[in-house]
Amino acid sequence: MADTSHGTGGLTFDKSKRSWPNELNILLALVIIIVVFEIIGQTAPYMRGQSFLFDTKDRFDSIFNEARLQIIILQVAIIGIIALGVTQVIITAGIDLSSGPLVAATAMIAMSFAQTEFVNGQPNPKALFGAWAMDLPVMIPVVIGLTFGAFIGMVNGFFIAYLRIPPFIATLGMFLICRGIALWWSGGNPVSFPTEQFSALGSGMMPVVWFISLAVIFQLIMSYTVYGKHTYAIGSNEEAARMSGINVKRHKLMVYMIAAMLAAFAGIVLSSKASTAQAGMGEFYELFAIAMAVIGGISLQGGRGSIIGTVLGAMVLGVIRSGFTYIKLDGSYQLMAMGGIIIAAVVLDQFRQRNRV
Amino acid sequence: MNDIVLKTEDLTKHYGGVHALEGAHFELKRGEHVAIMGDNGAGKSTFVRQITGVEQRTRGKVWLYGEKVDFVGPLDAREAGIETVFQTLALADHLDVPDNLFLGREKTKWDWLGPFRLLDYKAMRKDTLDALERTGVKIPNIRNTIERMSGGQRQCVAIARTASFSSKLTIMDEPTAALGVQETAQVENIIRTLKEAGEPLILVSHNMRQVFDLVDRIVVFRRGRICANLDIKNDKYTGEDVVSYITGAKTGEEYMDTAT
Repeated sequence: MADTSHGTGGLTFDKSKRSWPNELNILLALVIIIVVFEIIGQTAPYMRGQSFLFDTKDRFDSIFNEARLQIIILQVAIIGIIALGVTQVIITAGIDLSSGPLVAATAMIAMSFAQTEFVNGQPNPKALFGAWAMDLPVMIPVVIGLTFGAFIGMVNGFFIAYLRIPPFIATLGMFLICRGIALWWSGGNPVSFPTEQFSALGSGMMPVVWFISLAVIFQLIMSYTVYGKHTYAIGSNEEAARMSGINVKRHKLMVYMIAAMLAAFAGIVLSSKASTAQAGMGEFYELFAIAMAVIGGISLQGGRGSIIGTVLGAMVLGVIRSGFTYIKLDGSYQLMAMGGIIIAAVVLDQFRQRNRV
Repeated sequence: MNDIVLKTEDLTKHYGGVHALEGAHFELKRGEHVAIMGDNGAGKSTFVRQITGVEQRTRGKVWLYGEKVDFVGPLDAREAGIETVFQTLALADHLDVPDNLFLGREKTKWDWLGPFRLLDYKAMRKDTLDALERTGVKIPNIRNTIERMSGGQRQCVAIARTASFSSKLTIMDEPTAALGVQETAQVENIIRTLKEAGEPLILVSHNMRQVFDLVDRIVVFRRGRICANLDIKNDKYTGEDVVSYITGAKTGEEYMDTAT
């Protein structure tokens, strides 16, 4: 047989030839951003040589400024949990705009089953239901919250997969519906004073623990299971996926359900952390979650992106937030910088896509 | 009876008033490679779409290995053993070669995990290398994603995919239409390998040289009807003959009554 192969040809499985993973670029960007803040901090006269990342005042046992590291990740952990689900949705070439209001609605609903009967010996002033709903075991508000999330996700998925409503429209509608539910649930009043058990879910560094554990679980799921493979396949070429025998509709329904359950869980953790649930909670969370995925190298056309990338994207946003606080520039600059970073991330990524061999 | 891989009788497809395919009688024997030729709009692709279940025929019967079949969709046809390489490749661009070969029929471990059952990457890689070796497909690195491959390599992956699941019938719809010279040669080598392995094949092609190089028999379509059935093994026909059948200058004797 004539040798008609290309280049070196032959059949190989060469681990060393695997392409340079996109995640390394984001990690690199993260390091550069940190270095920039560090340099500004060390050189700007008004900063008097404070370090961004290192412990120069010997307040901690390690060489790092642990308080800052904790804040960096803590302030993005809850939105990060949402972003894990949004990442999966975007990999199927979809989008989920309903996650922010879903956080609020779930927070309201879960909190109303997590209230404690007596606050400092007085009856709970924010009690929504009677005594039957007071001091319930922590599993009850959690299960109710997740079930509500699963239901909302099922509705999203049903309209998108089975009735072929564009994901943008279906989840935009759900965005308003969920905000409405959050307001209607208690007539606009905050629901507060949870049980100790419920408070423990989101106290201290717990949001970070949840975020990292869920990120590890979903990274493994996306890389090593049939669910993950089919999610990528659907986003990459839906027609090919269908022709290959994948039940595309059922799979999409499942992806939207998982994403909504992650957002619902974020709502539970957020209300626990804040010890209160308010209808206005989670504003712009859906957009920040999408931004994390986008900075993490996801393609809105589907098929490309990873959980690790999204985690790094979340870290970039976290570093920028605390970095601007550290160099004493106020919130308005933060927003402008974040916007710039999001656009720059996509521009650089497109540049990279076009120039590769 | 089972020597006939595929048989169609009076296969007909009308799109509204357009008679795209009219009364096609077709037979494919075991191990045989047949080319389907004809001008644009002659009904070649329509014919392929009816037997692969992509479309539902207006009329007619189809047998696969002696068994009457009525495919409700392409998946159905595929499960019955008809593997098709379409002009528009059904590959997931962001996945690598083993992923694409096994898409929808992954090898898995820990099946009790349901949709979260684990992929057996190792077994799939091994089977991929076997399948590529069997078909003579050469791909520099199977871990490359499809989007990084040339048109020829993509076509090879699509073909290897059909060949790796011991199909009963392979159909290729213009597999080299968009390829360069070298890549075309590569695809043709794979087709020869299939021939040696005795795998039956239907090849839709415009390329006269390719058809004469590769197949045993040419079936010519014209205006929705079969107008010639030419055994080309004994050099009885030349490319010119085939062209005159395609253009309508000649019509096969047995089709005088029907062809227009």
